[in-house]
Amino acid sequence: MSEHDHHHDHDHDHHHHGHGPDDPAHPHNAPLTDVQLRVRALESLLTEKGLVDPAALDALVDTYETKVGPRNGAQVVAKAWTDPAFKRRLLEDATEVLAELGFIGRQGEDMVVLENTTSVHNMVVCTLCSCYPWPVLGLPPVWYKSAPYRSRAVIDPRGVLRDFGVTLPEDVEVRVWDSTAELRYLVLPRRPEGTDGLTEEELAALVTRDAMIGTSVVRVGGPR
Amino acid sequence: MNGAHDLGGMHGFGPVVAEPNEPVFHAEWERRAFGLTLAMGAWRRWNLDMSRSAREQMAPAEYLGTSYYEHWMFGLERLLSEKGLVSPEELARVQRGEPTMFSGSVQVQEGALRPEGVPRMLQNRLAARRDNPVAPKFRVGEAVRARNIHPIGHTRVPRYVRGHRGVVAIDHGVFVFPDTHAAGEGTKPQHVYSVRFAAQELWGPGASARDSVYVDLWDDYLEAAP
Repeated sequence: MSEHDHHHDHDHDHHHHGHGPDDPAHPHNAPLTDVQLRVRALESLLTEKGLVDPAALDALVDTYETKVGPRNGAQVVAKAWTDPAFKRRLLEDATEVLAELGFIGRQGEDMVVLENTTSVHNMVVCTLCSCYPWPVLGLPPVWYKSAPYRSRAVIDPRGVLRDFGVTLPEDVEVRVWDSTAELRYLVLPRRPEGTDGLTEEELAALVTRDAMIGTSVVRVGGPR
Repeated sequence: MNGAHDLGGMHGFGPVVAEPNEPVFHAEWERRAFGLTLAMGAWRRWNLDMSRSAREQMAPAEYLGTSYYEHWMFGLERLLSEKGLVSPEELARVQRGEPTMFSGSVQVQEGALRPEGVPRMLQNRLAARRDNPVAPKFRVGEAVRARNIHPIGHTRVPRYVRGHRGVVAIDHGVFVFPDTHAAGEGTKPQHVYSVRFAAQELWGPGASARDSVYVDLWDDYLEAAP
């Protein structure tokens, strides 16, 4: 535990800076912020009480930093693009099909897959917190959890799409899905033109996280 | 409750700014806050609805001025304190940022999450879905209205749909009811539906006539709207 003398005279008026107060770019000898100290203090307390094993925390973090992420969802999308029977089953019973692939569990217990077509564009939000399909997409990005997205996705979805560089034609119907219950939604984006010869693996590499949330579309020439 | 967390339809927060090549966590404290929350959740002393409810207790100005994992920390501290796992003195020490010095004789308690238990814990389908043979109150295609209710406790019916008319699009089956579950008043299993609300019904004539918002709502949030 590092020295915390500098903190004693702190006036505790909680100036929270929110985003990345201990950014790696920040010098290492900078004083710890309130929230850093608080989390550290809580971990040491719960460890001393025997309520947590810090190694279990490491394992949880490692799971979402190195094992579970949007590449899972991208594999599912690529398979749906190349295997019509799989796609049919995926749209009918996503939970069962994703369970067979092992992409099931916490924050993805009950799954629904929404297909984007030339006439319908689906987009997913959680206005009340930040519900997100962890087993297929990992943990959500900051923008998904942020007030701008959570407030605007339902009232101005086309404006949000423009923030992501996507302008949808007027005749495309936009359906926004607010994840207020325990259903978790994965968007099956449209397969882009000019990808006929690609393998499943090559297709998966084109699929972006944002396209599977529905704030973007899949483009040839790589993820934006 | 009509808290700051219920953000749908608010104006003024500015554009959505995505960070290129965003890391999963932005700081070491975020990693630990995430891990602590899941590890303590594994004790099953509270449920997911109680966790959400705890985070929603943050004062509105503070909620809007802090980041996601700060909300999580607020909720965790509150639950630990409510369940008596942390004393008021200990909580005050944590909030002052004073670490607990290790006594050197710490035993991880039986029942605590261990690293080898993590994969099973994450795959465990602790679903809110229930098998109870509860009859649905509404049918797919039926017109419904989100009730004009303002519960003081936890609820999952967002303000922006209350009083508005929609159509049942999907019946997802029977789930635990968050309002009672968060209050420790039972699971009250009932049907959840994706209800389609036309964008113009929610936002007026300025919205697209084509677009819609689908919101997952429980039977108790709905009434018939013939």
